[in-house]
Amino acid sequence: MKIKPLQIIAHIILILGVLLMVVPIWISFASSSHDSVTILTEGMKFHIGDQLARNYNEVLNEKGGWSEEVTAAKMFINSFIMALGIATLKVVISAMSAYALVYYRFKLAVPIFWLIFITLLVPLEVRIFPSYKIVSDLGLTNSYTGLILPLVASATATFFFRQFYKTIPDELLESAKLDGANAWSFFIDFLVPLSKTMIAAMFIFMFVYGYSQYLWPLIMTTAEEYWTVVMGMKIIYTESYEGVALPRTAERFAYIILSMIPPVLVVVFLQKWFIKGLIQTEK
Amino acid sequence: MSFLDLKNVTKIYPNGTKAVHETSLSVDEGEFMVFVGPSGCGKSTLLRMVAGLEDITEGDINLDGKLINEIDPSERDVAMVFQNYALYPHMNVYNNLAYGLKNRGIDKETIEQKVNDAAKLLQISDYLQRKPSMLSGGQRQRVAMGRAIVRNPKIFLFDEPLSNLDAKLRIQMRLEIKKLQQKVGVTSIFVTHDQVEAMTLADRLAVINNGIIEQLGTPIEIYDNPKSLFVAGFIGSPQMNFLDGNIKNKTLSAEGFEIKDIDSDFEGEVKLGIRPEHLSQRENSLINLKVDLVEQLGSDNLVYGRLKDKKDFCYRCPGNLTIEKGADLSLNIENNKYYIFDKSTGKRVN
Repeated sequence: MKIKPLQIIAHIILILGVLLMVVPIWISFASSSHDSVTILTEGMKFHIGDQLARNYNEVLNEKGGWSEEVTAAKMFINSFIMALGIATLKVVISAMSAYALVYYRFKLAVPIFWLIFITLLVPLEVRIFPSYKIVSDLGLTNSYTGLILPLVASATATFFFRQFYKTIPDELLESAKLDGANAWSFFIDFLVPLSKTMIAAMFIFMFVYGYSQYLWPLIMTTAEEYWTVVMGMKIIYTESYEGVALPRTAERFAYIILSMIPPVLVVVFLQKWFIKGLIQTEK
Repeated sequence: MSFLDLKNVTKIYPNGTKAVHETSLSVDEGEFMVFVGPSGCGKSTLLRMVAGLEDITEGDINLDGKLINEIDPSERDVAMVFQNYALYPHMNVYNNLAYGLKNRGIDKETIEQKVNDAAKLLQISDYLQRKPSMLSGGQRQRVAMGRAIVRNPKIFLFDEPLSNLDAKLRIQMRLEIKKLQQKVGVTSIFVTHDQVEAMTLADRLAVINNGIIEQLGTPIEIYDNPKSLFVAGFIGSPQMNFLDGNIKNKTLSAEGFEIKDIDSDFEGEVKLGIRPEHLSQRENSLINLKVDLVEQLGSDNLVYGRLKDKKDFCYRCPGNLTIEKGADLSLNIENNKYYIFDKSTGKRVN
C-alpha cells in the first residue's frame, strides 16, 4: 500500500496528540517513584526510581487530616462510592423519566420535559445553599446518601435517552404489546438492552462527573471519614506547609496517579460494551 | 354469530378525522379475509382496532363470542405481522419467537418444543441463533410469521407484510402465506393495497374506500360483478376503461358508439366500464382504437391507444397477435361484458 503524504502528516499530528496526553502522566508516574528530596533538588524525572512501593504505601495508608483519622485509601473508596452512586442513579432515573416522557403521552409531557431541561441552567454550584439546607434538614450531612442524592437528577442524560427512545419504531412497542409485554417489561426487555451503548456512554460521563465533584463534598462533609479524593488533593498540597518538613512532592505525584485509576478503570471496562454497541448498529 | 364480528365500528381520531365509518363485517373461523384499498382508506386502522392497538370510537368487536372492545391487546389472543416486521433487534430468532410465550408463563420445555415446531414449519431452524440483522428480507418475514404462529392465536393479522420485499420474493412469500394459512387453518385478516395480492390470497375480500367497505365478496365475485365505480376501477389490472355516456330509452350512447337494449331502466349521465381483457378484434365493431403503444408481456399484449375523441383506452390481447403502433383496430365487447355506473353516485346500474 502506498502511503500518502497526507497520511504521514495525519499520523504525526495524532502521535503529537498522544504524546501531549501521555507524557505528563508518565512524568507524574516516574516522579512518584523517587525520593521527594531528589525531585526537589533535581526536578521531575523521566525514569523509574527505587521508592515506588514506599511512596504508594505511604500515600495509601498514612493517616491524615486534622484529626489524623482518614487515609487516602479511604478517600478513594468514598469517591468511588459517590461516583458509582451518582452515575448509576443518574442513568436509571434519566432512562426512566425519558421513558415516561416518550411513551406516556400525557398532556404535560412537553412542559415537564422543558422544565427538566431548564435545570441545566441551574447546576449544583448555583443552588448550593438551598441544596445544603435541604440535605442538612433531612439529617443527611456526613453520609453517602447526602453526597449522592442531590446530584442524581440529570437533564443531559434525560435528553439523550429521550432522543434515543424517539428513534425506536412504534411497531416495536405494538408488537411487544401483542406479545404480552407490560409497561415495565417493555422497558426492561427492550429499551434497556437496545440502549446499552447509550447507558455505557452516560455511565462513563456521569462517573467522571461524580468523581470530580469538589464543592459539594467539601460543604457536605465535616467528618473526615467521608472525605473524597478531590478534597484530599487539596489537603495533600497544603499540609506540608503547615509544618517544618519538606514538601512531600513524590507522594503528591503518587496520589495523583492513584486518583486517576478509578475513572480509567471504568472507561476501560465499559469500552468493550461501547464498541460492541457501535458495531451492531441495529434498531 | 361468526368467529369475528364487527358491528358498526367507527373510528374518529382526536383531530376529528373519521378513518372508519360504521363498518360491519363478519369473518368465519378459518377464513382468509383480505382488506384492500388505496392508502389512507382506513383498512389498517380497522385491522389495528381488531388488534387493540387503536381505541374503538363506536361499535363492537366480538372475537370468538367475546366482546373485546376494552380488552388489552395482550389478552386478546391475536398475533400481528407488521409491515416492517418489527422483529426484536436485540434478541436472536429463538428469543423473538419465544418472547410472547415467556410472557404467558409457559414452561421452558414447552416453549422450546413450540419454537422448534414453528421454525421447522417455516424452515428457519438453521437461523435460530442469529440476530434479525443477519437475516435476509425473506427470512425476516418468516421469523415475523413464526412469531405469530408460535403463539397459536385465535386470529392472524397481517398489515401489508409483503410491501418491503422485492417483486420476486413477494410472489413467493404470497404463495407461502396462503399455503401456511391453509395448513395451520387459523382465521386471518390481511391488509394490502395491492389488488393482485388481495385477489390471490383472499377467501373473501373487502374493498375499502374512505373508511367504508364498498364491496365484500369472493375475489371472483368482485372482479365479475363490481358494485361501484371505485371497486371496478380498483380491482383488475390493467385498470378497467371508463367512458362517459348517456342512457335514454335503454340506449347507451358513449363516445362514438351506441349500445342498444341495455339491461337497465336508468336514464341520464353514466360511466361505461369495459375491462381490457373483455375485448376482441372484429371487423366493423363498436369501438375504434388507434394504437399508440404496445406492451408485450409474452403471454399477453397490452395495447394502449386512443378512441376517436382522444380518450385513452387499453385493450388486452393474446401475446401471439402482432399489433403495430399506429394501427387502427376495431374492437368488440365480448359477451356484452360491460358495466354501467351512475355518474353521480358511482353505483352500478346494469
